[in-house]
Amino acid sequence: MIFKGLVKDLKTHIKDYGMFIALFVIIVLFSILTDGIFISPRNISNLLNQTGYIAVIAVGMTLVIVIRHIDLSVGFLSGFLGAIAAIALAFWNVPAFIVVPSILILGMIAGLITAYPVAKLGIPAFVASLAGWLIYRGALLLATLRTGTIIITNKGFNAIGNGYIPDLFASDTFLPDMHKFTLFIGLVAIAWLVYSSFNARKNKIKYNFEVVPFDLFILKLAFVSVIVAIVTWILAGYNGLSWTLVIVLLVVGIYNFITKKTVVGRHIYAVGGNPEAAELSGIDVKKITFLVFGSMGMLSGLSGILFASRLQSATTTAGTLLELDAIAAAYIGGVSAAGGVGSVVGSLIGAIVYTSLTSGMNLMGIDISSQYIVRGAVLAGAVIFDVATRKIGNK
Amino acid sequence: MSNNMILEMKGISKSFPGVKALDEVTFSVKEGEIHCLVGENGAGKSTLMKVLSGVYPHGNYSGDIVFSGEVQKFAHISDSEKAGIAIIYQELALVPELSIYENIFLGHEIHKNGILNWNETIKQAGEVLKKVGLKINPETQIKDLGVGKQQLVEIAKALSQDVKILILDEPTAALNEDDCDNLLQLLRDLKKQGVTCIMITHKLKEIIQIADTVTVLRDGKSICTLDASAGEVSENLLIKNMVGREIDNIYPNREHKISDEIVLEVNNWSAFDTKLGRKVLDNISINLKKGEIIGFAGLMGAGRTEFARSLFGNPDNYIVSGELKINGDIKSFNHPKDAVKAGLAYLSEDRKGNGLILQQSIMENITLANLKELEKNFVIDTNAEIKIATEYSKSLRVKTPSIEQLVNNLSGGNQQKVQLAKWLFVKPHVLILDEPTRGIDVGAKFEIYTLMNELVAQGMSIIMISSELPEVLGMSDRIYVVSEGRLTGEKHISEATQENIMQLATN
Ligand SMILES: Nc1ncnc2c1ncn2[C@@H]1O[C@H](COP(=O)(O)OP(=O)(O)OP(=O)(O)O)[C@@H](O)[C@H]1O
Ligand SMILES: [Mg+2]
Repeated sequence: MIFKGLVKDLKTHIKDYGMFIALFVIIVLFSILTDGIFISPRNISNLLNQTGYIAVIAVGMTLVIVIRHIDLSVGFLSGFLGAIAAIALAFWNVPAFIVVPSILILGMIAGLITAYPVAKLGIPAFVASLAGWLIYRGALLLATLRTGTIIITNKGFNAIGNGYIPDLFASDTFLPDMHKFTLFIGLVAIAWLVYSSFNARKNKIKYNFEVVPFDLFILKLAFVSVIVAIVTWILAGYNGLSWTLVIVLLVVGIYNFITKKTVVGRHIYAVGGNPEAAELSGIDVKKITFLVFGSMGMLSGLSGILFASRLQSATTTAGTLLELDAIAAAYIGGVSAAGGVGSVVGSLIGAIVYTSLTSGMNLMGIDISSQYIVRGAVLAGAVIFDVATRKIGNK
Repeated sequence: MSNNMILEMKGISKSFPGVKALDEVTFSVKEGEIHCLVGENGAGKSTLMKVLSGVYPHGNYSGDIVFSGEVQKFAHISDSEKAGIAIIYQELALVPELSIYENIFLGHEIHKNGILNWNETIKQAGEVLKKVGLKINPETQIKDLGVGKQQLVEIAKALSQDVKILILDEPTAALNEDDCDNLLQLLRDLKKQGVTCIMITHKLKEIIQIADTVTVLRDGKSICTLDASAGEVSENLLIKNMVGREIDNIYPNREHKISDEIVLEVNNWSAFDTKLGRKVLDNISINLKKGEIIGFAGLMGAGRTEFARSLFGNPDNYIVSGELKINGDIKSFNHPKDAVKAGLAYLSEDRKGNGLILQQSIMENITLANLKELEKNFVIDTNAEIKIATEYSKSLRVKTPSIEQLVNNLSGGNQQKVQLAKWLFVKPHVLILDEPTRGIDVGAKFEIYTLMNELVAQGMSIIMISSELPEVLGMSDRIYVVSEGRLTGEKHISEATQENIMQLATN
């Protein structure tokens, strides 16, 4: 009886949970198919680190798509900025703490340059950023022309992509093989999740807003908490939280906050929903366009840093097709091409789904040609699912 | 009795989450009549027609549709089209970049083995255009037509197919008086040719002029059916049945307490539209006093909206010359945001196109233009936002289960109220209302008029652009008349009449 009701609730709210279910299915499926290797601590840790540089770009791309544009230049921009970082570190011996912020600023400037023709001259973002795609590709080749791959030896910089946070609670007696600070962070995260979910629900009920049925609410909360717990446990059993993961979570957290809670965030979604109405409501659409592209460029820089530091080098092909991976991740995460709809958390999940596919299929030894086909099918499936469930919501 | 009934809808119910839009509605239409469907905003008129035309497919509602003597189970709009039901929606659905003939045959292209036969298309398009009395080259692009003519093209499109029943959802809402008269005449002609017609409208005068039968809906229920030949269709009776109470005076009384303080002054205002390559405004000078309502009368396309928008930060990038003074200070706005900051607000005539963000909630729309006020430590104060949105939506009586409802799901009139709420929350000194009562029912109109009176009593000043002369005459203290971008006259309300304003408007 209760179960029947739950299934019905799930059906009506399928849109909100589709992605979590998909991720869950993928994890279970690959775990079975690879005899558990997929959920081994090492693999999960690697997988999340690989997600990093796609995820940060996907976060930026989400907002670009929300305001009805696209940015194709970000893949090679990230590769190019990674190369600049490598050159600065390896040849000019600039310290990492100067390189990192400079690269972020350079990225932002690049984003603003892409925004200029889009916002000021009304040139379609597809074309403007395609020009950027070509230019940064050439620039990357030029930067790596003389030396080919540039090896980075700066330890601090390389730690960004390969290091782990220190265990502040190290102990030889209590759970000696676990990274206890990671466990602690996981625990805090779950506690905060439970608290804020209940709080938000209480608030909504107070104002007579529609809330999901209680059973479903508990189910979702339990599900997410269990996932967080399992992932934390797995990571703690390996080396703990990586710096990459910390950075990604910070970026997603900050962007989620900005988009959900601040005036700027609301303005971004208003511009995406109806640019003319936004303009007439006193929102400066051009300014928002510059802002979103600027943020996109900055995140491309961050992605370039993560990638270069992970490989401990800059290569001639860094960032190739990264923009398309990020766009795919954003669409899998539920962004709508019609504008005004999409969340950065969704895109993070999308990115994880996307890299999970790659990682799982690699472990299974599936060849690259089939991998592309499967990834394509998943993308198509996700978008169809999105459109179909949106219709259910409307009826 | 059902012999001459072409359509019978029996016991139709349809719910949306939190709303029972239709509750056991019965609706019968005689063959060859003009049947008006009326009721307040959100009464369920559009929904009933969407059920009929298969937008909400069979199984999505309960009840029976009997059309041409058979029970119909439309799964899609194309099914109802095949059966001979043509519907023209509240929002026009033409492709602006395509020509008239392409639009008329959109979806029903004349072709042989997939190759289009343009000559035949243009010929047939010419014929249906003649039927609707539109003497115009069928190769003209839709975007070059006024709303009135676009409306006729929509009807021509419907007539190009074999239609037994023509449904028009508020066809005259965006038309001026002349175009309205044309349209009504056309409907009479079509009736002679045997086309049955269902028309949704909020304009009582029209109903009285044209309806054979009127069905009134209220809160999703059919209240009554009135027969014109039995003399049952009168303004009072309509209002009483629609609103559930009597309204003696459509335009509420007001003491005209106007101070001498001029809040807004515009001198020698001209604007050149670079896209059209012509002058849209020519040397307009007006002033507005504190606590005053000025009416802007004129025909559709006279330049009133252009005037308002060019004042309001000029989002269309016209080349503007002239002087704008607010409270005596010369101002120049580069963006609507500057205008908002200076205390101006502009309620758009096109609420769906550029007034509202349809896929956002009522709350988000109401607070959009003044989020700064809700900001606390860089964060939007959710509780304050909910409070404000609830307050405004209650005081304007937006009909909705929750302020979290998406604006897209509201009826047309309620969307208008949300738009109005957005601008009231900005607390402007000068409120420019562009067709504020378009698509709004009598009850809500009365509410909006009352609200306008309250606002000016509190010291606000209002510019009301309206194509409905009675409204301009009923609400304004002073009337400016615009024709082809020029100011052709100014009349104090005491000397304004329907005739002299009309004459100035066509000057
Ligand atoms: N897709 C939807 N989702 C939720 N509620 C809806 C939806 N469509 C309509 N409604 C609700 O159903 C009711 C009837 O709406 P409908 O559009 O039929 O009104 P109407 O009589 O045409 O009003 P108006 O004169 O303002 O156009 C309204 O309360 C509206 O909010
Ligand atoms: Mg309607």
